[in-house]
Amino acid sequence: MRPLIARRGPTRLPAPPVHEAHRDPAPSIWSYRVQRLWLTPLFHKLLRVGVPSFATVFLVGLYFADEARRTAIWDGAQEIRREIESRPEFRVNVLGVDGASDPVIEAIRGALALDLPMSSFDLDLAALRQRVEALPAVASADLRIQSGGYLAVRVTERVPALIWQTRDDTQLIDAEGHFVAGLADRPDHGPLPAVAGDGADRVVGEALALHAAAAPLGDRLLGLVRMGERRWDVVLTDGRRILLPEASPVQALDRALALNDATDILGRDVLRLDLRNPDRLTVQLTPHAMEELRRLRALEHDTRTGEQSG
Amino acid sequence: MSILYQSQRAMRAKRQDAMRRGVIAVLDIGTHKLSCLILKFDQTNASAPAEGIGAMAGQANFRIIGAATTRSRGVRFGEIDSVQETERAIRTAVQAAQKMAQVRVDHVIVALAGARPRSYGLDGEMTLTSGTVTDGCVAEVLAACDVPDLGHGREVLHAQPVNFSLDHRTGLTDPRGHVGNRLSVDMHLLTIEAHAIETLLHCVKRCDLELAGLASAPYVAGVSSLVEDEQELGAACIDMGGGTTSLSIFIKKHMIYADTVRMGGDHVTGDISQGLQIPMNHAERIKTRFGGVMATGMDDREIIELESETGDWHHDRRTVTRAELIGVMRPRVEEILEEVRGRLEAAGFEHLPSQRIVLTGGASQIPGLDGLASRILGNQVRLGRPLRVQGLPQSTCGPAFSSCVGLALFAAYPQDEWWDFETPADRLPSRSLKRAVKWFRDNW
Repeated sequence: MRPLIARRGPTRLPAPPVHEAHRDPAPSIWSYRVQRLWLTPLFHKLLRVGVPSFATVFLVGLYFADEARRTAIWDGAQEIRREIESRPEFRVNVLGVDGASDPVIEAIRGALALDLPMSSFDLDLAALRQRVEALPAVASADLRIQSGGYLAVRVTERVPALIWQTRDDTQLIDAEGHFVAGLADRPDHGPLPAVAGDGADRVVGEALALHAAAAPLGDRLLGLVRMGERRWDVVLTDGRRILLPEASPVQALDRALALNDATDILGRDVLRLDLRNPDRLTVQLTPHAMEELRRLRALEHDTRTGEQSG
Repeated sequence: MSILYQSQRAMRAKRQDAMRRGVIAVLDIGTHKLSCLILKFDQTNASAPAEGIGAMAGQANFRIIGAATTRSRGVRFGEIDSVQETERAIRTAVQAAQKMAQVRVDHVIVALAGARPRSYGLDGEMTLTSGTVTDGCVAEVLAACDVPDLGHGREVLHAQPVNFSLDHRTGLTDPRGHVGNRLSVDMHLLTIEAHAIETLLHCVKRCDLELAGLASAPYVAGVSSLVEDEQELGAACIDMGGGTTSLSIFIKKHMIYADTVRMGGDHVTGDISQGLQIPMNHAERIKTRFGGVMATGMDDREIIELESETGDWHHDRRTVTRAELIGVMRPRVEEILEEVRGRLEAAGFEHLPSQRIVLTGGASQIPGLDGLASRILGNQVRLGRPLRVQGLPQSTCGPAFSSCVGLALFAAYPQDEWWDFETPADRLPSRSLKRAVKWFRDNW
């Protein structure tokens, strides 16, 4: 039967060990200090982050200290790179040039001098573009690698605007004064205004404006000559010249043409029509006309002074 | 006195430094066990009590992140007896607590139970020159207390202003800002033997720790186990430890008396060991398991077997009834309590408005102790357990840890002490540069 009174557990205690001589465990002074050192945040961080990272760097450095290993790894990497680059997906097979005439296309092909097929990684498009644009006949170029291994070069050619005769040769220049080609290389350039003289390529716009203004002269206009790199002469087919001033030459030319319309001055015996001084029109007569003028003046003088020359 | 002042201020500076860092350890060096708690202060209010009156400068929140207890070695009557042994015990406890907290502590606050504390009530008064009480006036009136002859080789452990009076008004806790003519103060001074502090300092230093504060164990036990109204209305806390039974009297939230009876639970164990002729550790086990102080008829029938292995058959198979065990324990417990009553009477405890007595400490766990104590000490006896503190492990919630928990509270909410105030200029050594600076600051 269970007793009604609760007992406080067994009244038998296990006998304590006879030799209770064992001392309480205590950490030695050094283990205590090591634990405190370990719990120091800086030391802890140093040991957990600093030492492994140092060891990693040291081992990697040790490995790469050997020249042969370095070159082997470098060569391996290069080999992999080459394998990837030489895959057919990256190969450029065809060079196509758009927007240029045949001689320019030939010149571009020659300038690019590509040894196709080659990898697209080896193509430095920026440098190639510079090479194409360095050609005189090319105003701008646009290079792109299209799918299917096609290198497309889209070219804007320079359009010749003037024939420029220099002391050495005759060449075509465009509206900005850039050299396009020698006259001999482009026999099919069509009718273009002609200019001459040093520095004419720097004022192409003025030359074109003058040429437009001189349209009433028609076939009689031979060309324009830049004089002293500062002003223009209009040269007509029979060797006569209209000397234009430095400032506002187009207006001066208009005045000369208006004068011509009114008086047909160019139809007379005039060698030069000098408009350099805007206030005063000067005319150089031909020697024959001059002589005639003198004769007429002498005659007029005799008439006024009586019958001296009779 | 000035050396003490300097050293206490140095300890206070260390404590504030530790609180700024956020981690401090408290160490309760008892006769029976040595326990260490590691406190972590919240950063929200890490600014330690400012200059001047500490308790009014805000409180710091803390939680306990490490706790360890080990059997104490080399401590007798709450004093360090064998330095090496105690040092090893401190190392054990601190290492275990550090391991639990995973943080290294450098500063430690220690509670001392023994070393014959002696309480003095001092009073000082001064005439206010400016009419309004300032920090400087508080410091001056504290310095005006005439210190009695403490005796040779004694050091001041606590010097707490308990009560301020201004003219006819008394009971001021903080006189600053009040207007009056005469300011007087009552101060409670607690001294202990100097060699105990020196030995303790040596021990702590040998453990690579720095002493950041010292407290008296009865004081901190009272702080943790008396509830607020008991502290306010007057109560005595009796901390029954292993080697000493210490008592402290509180009123108006200040300790006004502390004393120690150099007897405790270990003496009860010794009596059992002698009376029943069994080894000490066996006696300790029997005491904790079957011990009591009030015998009933039931206890005559409860038979405890005292086994041993000496080889003597009769000796190895002795039995004892629980009533006999109680008969051995009770006289010693009564002796302790009567001694405590004597000390309380000497302190004038019966003149206090409330005569609450709170028993705490490891030895207060003897069953039936409250009944015996109320017979001897008076009716208003209760058993006290320490305050609940955040993060405290369950195993350290018992009454045996009341002084440990109280020490943690003391570290977080220190009371104003005499050395928390700037020393007045005329007490500084003459020709001191500090004095010149202070004169300038006061007069310009």
